[in-house]
Amino acid sequence: MNEFLDVIFDINNLTATIRMATPIALAAMGGAFSERSGVVNIGLEGMMLTGAFCGVLGSYVSGSPWLGVLFAIAGGGLMGAILALFAIRLKADHVVSGVGLNIFALGLTTWLMQVLWRNRGTSVSVNGLPMFSIPAIKNIPVLGTILWTHSPLVYLMLILVFLGWLVMFRTPLGLRIRMAGEHPEAADTVGINVHAVQYFSVTLSGCLAGLGGAYLSLAQLNWFSMNMSAGRGYMALAANIFGQWNPIGCLGSSFLFAFTDSLQMRIQTSPVKLPTEIIQMLPYIFTILILAGAVVRSRPPAALGKHYESGRVS
Amino acid sequence: MSLRQAPRKWLPGVTAWLARPGLSDILYSTVAVLLALLIGAVLIAASGRSVVAAYASLFGGAFGSIYNIANTLMMTTPLIFTGLAVALAFQCGLFNVGAEGQLYVGGLASAVAALTLGSSLPGALSILLALLAGALAGAALAAGPGYMKAKMGAHEVITTIMLNYIGIFLTTFLVKAYFKEPGPVDQTPFLPPSARLPELIPGTRVSWGIVLGIAAIFAADYILKRTSAGYEIQAVGRNPAAAEYAGVNVPGRVVLAMVMSGVVAGLAGSSVVMGTLYRFITNFSPGYGFTGIAVAVLARNRPWGVLPAALLFGILQSGGLSMQLFARIPMDLMTLVQGIVILFVAAPALAGMLLRRRTTARG
Repeated sequence: MNEFLDVIFDINNLTATIRMATPIALAAMGGAFSERSGVVNIGLEGMMLTGAFCGVLGSYVSGSPWLGVLFAIAGGGLMGAILALFAIRLKADHVVSGVGLNIFALGLTTWLMQVLWRNRGTSVSVNGLPMFSIPAIKNIPVLGTILWTHSPLVYLMLILVFLGWLVMFRTPLGLRIRMAGEHPEAADTVGINVHAVQYFSVTLSGCLAGLGGAYLSLAQLNWFSMNMSAGRGYMALAANIFGQWNPIGCLGSSFLFAFTDSLQMRIQTSPVKLPTEIIQMLPYIFTILILAGAVVRSRPPAALGKHYESGRVS
Repeated sequence: MSLRQAPRKWLPGVTAWLARPGLSDILYSTVAVLLALLIGAVLIAASGRSVVAAYASLFGGAFGSIYNIANTLMMTTPLIFTGLAVALAFQCGLFNVGAEGQLYVGGLASAVAALTLGSSLPGALSILLALLAGALAGAALAAGPGYMKAKMGAHEVITTIMLNYIGIFLTTFLVKAYFKEPGPVDQTPFLPPSARLPELIPGTRVSWGIVLGIAAIFAADYILKRTSAGYEIQAVGRNPAAAEYAGVNVPGRVVLAMVMSGVVAGLAGSSVVMGTLYRFITNFSPGYGFTGIAVAVLARNRPWGVLPAALLFGILQSGGLSMQLFARIPMDLMTLVQGIVILFVAAPALAGMLLRRRTTARG
């Protein structure tokens, strides 16, 4: 039991938690923007997967991992725009079209990987992002040790979460997004173009999930592998619900999810002997428990999942 | 005169028949599938391969010989079950994305039951008990999300997907720890012949599982249309608030629908383990549970619609294999086509545009 506690409160484990929270937090914030505007976003998984693929593709084509990151944002955003088209313009059920998008993205990325690199399991290795250090904070106890050296995307994520919160709760744009999801008729009445706001939010959520995907394929590793998001998009959606559709809440709950994920990895290499499969199950079990416990007290945007047409909501 | 009048007599009949909602759905679904295959063709051409060779090997692989047709039916069998499972949950407004995990636990439960009972029981009885074990295991895995949805409002899409991972890890763990046949592959020993589903066409790989699947469709259709529980499940699916007002026990019906869905998804695993593989092999499913979603969406959640939809995806699966083998087109292209089919069929406004009707459907 002592060994177990050592593993949990290991400082390396906390550092790993921040690393692993990055893709989930980015996608979860994407989910917050999409759902605040009234569009359920089950498609985060496919957007993240597409982002991971496009990141490697961009780095492969250009040799620059930073261009890869831009590719990832664009690829995720394109998937977001496709979901927006189906969910808003074509009035498809949000959940069904999101799952369709995920299956489409899985097929597309796995197929393209074989067309481009003739291998079904993994892509070729490309230039990944270098690590980035802030020596100034190194000597702050605990926090400095945890934070001082990471992938640049980790710091970018922390900045984006703060900006996301600022946009959502302190700007007119954020007010419009929240109004579109809470009361589209009222938004329409005061002259807000509900559909335009929703297109923007869903595409933005794709960009953020795509950036999260780039973290998986360009920062954590430097190649793409089949289905590499492995359910993190769904975890992000759960993190978004647990985080009350608030970017900062999303970050907090992503830490929770990442903590079990990093714990899982630490246990695998620790003296605590548990079968691999049982350990691998932990993050998924945890997601269910969190969700079951969290939703009771949460209140989603009022018009979430509904289709809006000027004059009526269905 | 009678000649002139004749067209007037049958023409309205034909237009009325063509305008029936069921038929325009079928028409539109066909258009959606053809469109998806067309996009697939564009991608094949873009990757520098011959579209004709690809689709020729696809159709040859699916229908080329009696053996190929039997193979197609074999691949259709689990899709009937998983498609029906997803459709049943949809009837209650629930999206069971967990058919894949339910299929795994169902398959393993059947294998374990068959191996434990051995050849000690008469064939029919051991088959029945093994099927029952698969159905119960699938139901158990689906009941959890149903309960959490009904009592806590936890979104069933997320919980069932998480349970997919858990189900797959759990079965791998159980096989490795308790039921593994010595050797490099994580699989159970072969089931005793008495506990296997017999071949439907002798000498081929299509088993009585497909008949069982059709029986399941019949049963599901009967329950939905002819029993009060089925009626209430549909009422909850259409409008939970109204159903509750009318005195329906909504949480109870939600759990029941998920359990029924899990039973059928568990049997999907049983049908593969007992009728095709004759053993449980870890990670044996090429995504039958996810293809089941495409099947259900294409079938518009009608039990009898599941049969042609499953057949279509069975064709794509068995044809896709030969396309990969002979035209060297990765099978994953068929996954992509499935995704497009789901997107297209799920969009009622797109149907309206394509069929040049006024869009009255709102989802």
